[in-house]
Amino acid sequence: MWQTILRRILIMIPQIILVSILIFMLAQLMPGDPFYGNLNPNSDPATIERLRHAAGLDLPWYQQYFKWIGNVLHGDLGTSYVVNKGWTVTRIIGQRIWPTLSMGIIATILTYFLAITQALVSARNENKWIDRTFIVWNTMTSAVPSFVFYFIMMVLFVYIIPVFPSSGTGIDDTQSFFVNFFSNLRYAFLPALTIALFSTNSIYQYLRSNLLDQQAQDYVRTARAKGVQIKDVFRKHILRNAFLPIASQIGYSITGVLGGAMFAETVFGYPGIGALFVQALSGRDYTVITAVMLLQGILALLGGLLSDIISAWVDPRIRVK
Amino acid sequence: MNEKILDSKNVSVSFRINGELQTALHKISVSIKRGEVLALVGESGSGKSTLAMSIMGLHNAEQTEVTGSITLDGHELIGLTERQFDQYRGVRVGMIFQDPLSSLNPLMKIGEQISEAIVVHDKNAPNLKGHVQRLLTDVGIINPKRVAQQYPHELSGGMRQRVMIAIALSNEPDLIIADEPTTALDATIQAQILDLIKEIQLKKNAGILLITHDLGVVAETADTVAVMYAGQIVEQADVEELFANPKHPYTRSLLRADPSNVSPGEELYAISGTVPALKDMDHSKDLFLQRIPWLSDDVVNATIDEELEVVGDNHFVRGNAWKTFEFLDVTEKGHAK
Ligand SMILES: Nc1ncnc2c1ncn2[C@@H]1O[C@H](COP(=O)(O)OP(=O)(O)OP(=O)(O)O)[C@@H](O)[C@H]1O
Ligand SMILES: [Mg+2]
Repeated sequence: MWQTILRRILIMIPQIILVSILIFMLAQLMPGDPFYGNLNPNSDPATIERLRHAAGLDLPWYQQYFKWIGNVLHGDLGTSYVVNKGWTVTRIIGQRIWPTLSMGIIATILTYFLAITQALVSARNENKWIDRTFIVWNTMTSAVPSFVFYFIMMVLFVYIIPVFPSSGTGIDDTQSFFVNFFSNLRYAFLPALTIALFSTNSIYQYLRSNLLDQQAQDYVRTARAKGVQIKDVFRKHILRNAFLPIASQIGYSITGVLGGAMFAETVFGYPGIGALFVQALSGRDYTVITAVMLLQGILALLGGLLSDIISAWVDPRIRVK
Repeated sequence: MNEKILDSKNVSVSFRINGELQTALHKISVSIKRGEVLALVGESGSGKSTLAMSIMGLHNAEQTEVTGSITLDGHELIGLTERQFDQYRGVRVGMIFQDPLSSLNPLMKIGEQISEAIVVHDKNAPNLKGHVQRLLTDVGIINPKRVAQQYPHELSGGMRQRVMIAIALSNEPDLIIADEPTTALDATIQAQILDLIKEIQLKKNAGILLITHDLGVVAETADTVAVMYAGQIVEQADVEELFANPKHPYTRSLLRADPSNVSPGEELYAISGTVPALKDMDHSKDLFLQRIPWLSDDVVNATIDEELEVVGDNHFVRGNAWKTFEFLDVTEKGHAK
């Protein structure tokens, strides 16, 4: 088991290098750079040249890459040119990552909580009204275009029933961790709930059909033939088999946290990594863009690793001796 | 001991398909004594598993209608609630299924799967581990301690079927139903499993309902044979009598189609056509006659007696066609007697 994990981690090293090169190239391919447009349009081309030279932007790409990756390895992600001009990217990300993390965790918990409870009720009451209600509701939440959905949630819970604040994170450096933790919950909840409602559907449908599938399996018939009551067969046999593929999905779900956060954070004025990325993109803030993408790449690899570990842990057929 | 452990009378089963009840079993009557092996044979779709599931009470209650009478050691089973049935399943009747891999829970250790069968009927069963190991030893597993700790995928097909048999035996049932227990296994393993079933028959004095479409298995294992076609029994007799003196054209065709009866170089005989769909079954006729091309329509469509005719000591046949025609086989034209 530990050997397998170690091997998986070693494989991640070349993967990370590859990802970093890809990200760097992508950033290079983007039109424009921080010095165009942000400066006075009348400014002297020579000044722009000088600034670009100072930032190393006139070097060939591979030299820029090695310079960048060398710095990254030393924990230096550069300074932001646009979003928080003059701040180090490490500092910006350090500040923005906590709100995103807390929102991501709440969103993931809510997503799985909603999906699992609905799927369980549905599967136990297949084709009854409650099952149909859940199917319709989930189809609706995922069929409505996201901007409409976000708009409805915003209007409903911020303006009509103002239970949630309209912007901010509730985190303040001067407060203690615990104060921050609880004040952040109120701010994080609405965007998290919105993300959760939006992403419940696929897990719900998957789990529901899994549960129904498993109920028809031969081993269920065997358990019934032993004289085990239906509800105990469900609890002892069906649940575990049906949850198995979901359990490994949870690992991958951290991969999607930043993606989901981009939209939600921007709409709800919740300044985390997602909103930062949107700002950085429109401002061509290379250093920030590459840093966030690198973070996303690492998250994706970690998500894969986590999924593999969970699968091996819960499924004896995968477990390696 | 000649008591009937299982006695079913006029058991009919209908499934609700697209809102309509369709008959899959029509008035089946069979009985099994202690220590007796009754083989149920017939093509795919003839209703063998449907009968087994009726005895186990495992049909979906909302989608299935079961009528008639099934008694186990004198207790009526039809009409029991799920909870009442749970007092019989696994205790008085044990069941072995065709595919031992899919029939075991892939995520549960073998030991747990066996002990569940014991604990569900006796929460305070003493020395559970010892009991499980004894059962595993009984079904011929040499290292029961280790196997109890393994998962189904770690065992061979034959071992898995032994585990299934251990589960079926765990509460010393009066009746064991084995639904094609060897179909998914290769030939040598098949023989071992059959030996095991015979050994159980001798030792445990239980009745055994053995479902199979392998006549070789029947000849080797069974005491009596019931031949099923399209949800009905068409012929029933002691095993020697049936092989020596088959009457019904379906029985004769099955014997002819049995690969073990074919000498090398001879072409394997196959019965033409298939079992009719449930909705096309008119059980007042001898349904197999539809598959005999040279019979005239009025013979095929003739209404026949509901009861099987007694043609010898413990030998019963359905319909009249066998009386009037000599069935050399089914495709070659036979002739009137
Ligand atoms: N739950 C069900 N709902 C509807 N029809 C069913 C159901 N179970 C069985 N049938 C039908 O009843 C008929 C008898 O099926 P059954 O499984 O008993 O046959 P069998 O003799 O066991 O065949 P095999 O040798 O393939 O196992 C078939 O036509 C089958 O399609
Ligand atoms: Mg069957």
